[in-house]
Amino acid sequence: MKTPTIKNDIFVMLIFSAVILTMPIWMEPLGASYPDLLQKFAIFGIFAVGYNILFGLTGYLSFGHAAFLGVGSYTAVWSFKLLTMNILPAIIFSVLLSGLFAMLIGFITLRRSGIYFSILTLAFAQMFYNLAYSVLTPITNGETGLQLARNDPRVIDRLFSEAGEGLPSTDFFGLAMSGYSGFYVCAVILIITFFISQRIFHSPFGIKLRAIKSNQTRMKYTGYNTRPYLLTAFVISGMYAGLAGGLMAATDPLAGAERMQWTASGEVVLMTILGGVGTLIGPMLGVGIIKYFENIFSALNEQALHQAYAFMPDWLANIMVAITSPFVGEGWHLTLGALFVLIVVFLPGGIMEGINMIKKRFSKKTPEPHSDSLKKKVAPETGK
Amino acid sequence: MDAIFLQLLNGLDKGGAYALIALGLTLVFGTLGVVNFAHGALFMLGAFCSVSFYKLLTISKQVKDESITFFDAFKEQPYLEIWFGDFGTAIIDFAVPLSILFAIPVMLLIGLIMERGLIRHFYKRTHAEQILVTFGLAIVLQELIKSFFGANPIPMPPPDIVSGSAPIGVLFGLSENVVYPWWRLIYLAFSGIVIAGVFAFLNMTTYGMVVRAGMMDRETVGLLGIDVERRFTVVFGLAAVVTGLAGVMYTPILPPDYHMGMDFLVLSFVVVVVGGMGSLGGAVAAGFLLGILQSFASMNEIKSIFPGIDQIIIYLVAVIILLVRPRGLLGREGVMED
Repeated sequence: MKTPTIKNDIFVMLIFSAVILTMPIWMEPLGASYPDLLQKFAIFGIFAVGYNILFGLTGYLSFGHAAFLGVGSYTAVWSFKLLTMNILPAIIFSVLLSGLFAMLIGFITLRRSGIYFSILTLAFAQMFYNLAYSVLTPITNGETGLQLARNDPRVIDRLFSEAGEGLPSTDFFGLAMSGYSGFYVCAVILIITFFISQRIFHSPFGIKLRAIKSNQTRMKYTGYNTRPYLLTAFVISGMYAGLAGGLMAATDPLAGAERMQWTASGEVVLMTILGGVGTLIGPMLGVGIIKYFENIFSALNEQALHQAYAFMPDWLANIMVAITSPFVGEGWHLTLGALFVLIVVFLPGGIMEGINMIKKRFSKKTPEPHSDSLKKKVAPETGK
Repeated sequence: MDAIFLQLLNGLDKGGAYALIALGLTLVFGTLGVVNFAHGALFMLGAFCSVSFYKLLTISKQVKDESITFFDAFKEQPYLEIWFGDFGTAIIDFAVPLSILFAIPVMLLIGLIMERGLIRHFYKRTHAEQILVTFGLAIVLQELIKSFFGANPIPMPPPDIVSGSAPIGVLFGLSENVVYPWWRLIYLAFSGIVIAGVFAFLNMTTYGMVVRAGMMDRETVGLLGIDVERRFTVVFGLAAVVTGLAGVMYTPILPPDYHMGMDFLVLSFVVVVVGGMGSLGGAVAAGFLLGILQSFASMNEIKSIFPGIDQIIIYLVAVIILLVRPRGLLGREGVMED
């Protein structure tokens, strides 16, 4: 196994940054370059990249990460309400608080592994969700969701200016969080977090986490206490989720409990799997594909389908519409579920495995000894 | 005293549902070693068996409404009523209990198809992959139901004679004010019967004995020349039927909608884990235990001391049990351990 050098990492990093930052340009022909969607790409990217640090490296399947996302969102909205509309304190508090919660939950749940761990995290997430809807309504505002109000204190903002007319909007030192500037803020944060995750992947710490995944017992016999490493990974990924939640609230200052439902955790698992568990780029690819198609598919309706099938004879078009219409619009989740099943059945390593397979086939004909070491390195894990 | 008695009944009733669902889930866990996240969807499909049976019975044609004389009014009249008169009306009235007969073959078929088509290929895969594929399947099933039946809950009436409340207080020497819906009592009895049936099947028939042997040591049973795989397919079908029946009979209590399965899924997993993986008795005991705990936690007296306890009690108990007794209440050694 060749260890990637720092030079190599920086090279990958530069390409990644360039791709992310030019997204508004190259997404244009795909019809997906509007800011809302781009922000979603970046935010869910952070979420998935963080989740991958836990699931991809250690193999611990958590079904409770949406809880941290929710904690992050609520914290950020409270920071907007009480302190300032600047997102910096908001996301700092989100990260810290969700990290704290992750430490607490991780401390308890990491006593067990495998399916028990999944169910324990699920139980905690459900507790959070149920409490947010019931007793914690003074904090979470129950079903309505936590919103900004005109008469919020906003102590820090008041020091500098009077309360304006209407609801203030979030900003990052004057940079508005809506529109393209909002995307760029999210994108820069994504690049930073991606860089951190890359460093974790290639650090001794990351290698220890992989060792835990491949054989925890052996790891223990060689004298490592695995729990602190697992807990660190859990907290880091919890903080990533909190950061994503905070940013979600920053781009749209509203926090609702449905973000914490366990199916939301399922979504991030799906994104990670689709792209490729345990690979660096994989989760980002998964996010991009799912969010893109969600956007395309859920916008379609029967009329659009009729137009798409206009070239066919009428009877055939009607049949095709009848077949495909449950899959689009409201029924987008059906497509998602089917995709999920297909991926797990046929391509358990996700898209990255597919890419590697294609690469291998080509490299047989033209051997390339100096091909990208990073992708080669992850190949053995995705094969499982 | 009256309140406590009623809560106990409530708890038993909820527990009956939990126990039935968890029984099916733990059968799949214990025999096949598959973590089935589509189990809640089976419960939901059972409930929708009842809905579709009802719809089937009430296929109607438009007839002239005789009761309105001053203009031509039309009303929908089910064919059954037209053909059989009052007997037809009675059949429609008993749609929910009768749909048990409809649900058993349907659920068995669904179970067999699921096992043969998908689950079978995942015996050797990791638990994480099993969870993921069944989770995807659950979404698919749920969305299919949604596109056929819509997103709104569909109320299903219980038969007329049992739609009222039973004066159960008198029976137990409590005040006459203690009444309890008939249908819930029926559900409790029904779940008892089904649970007893499953246990009888597994413990008293040769077929069941082989299945239990397979749960213990699959390889040896295979070496003895028994087609374990086929038995396991049947077990999966059985689990689907048990869960589906739980869903069928639950429809008058909770109007079914497409995501009811997901709501029950988490609960049933918690029940199985608390009871102990692979332990049928444990699942039943834990089902009733958690049901009773939950209904007592929702009493006002307790809620005023611990606000919100009714929302989290089940999960709290699960966390505590898993940490204190890692194998659950009655878990066997070596099942689902890593």
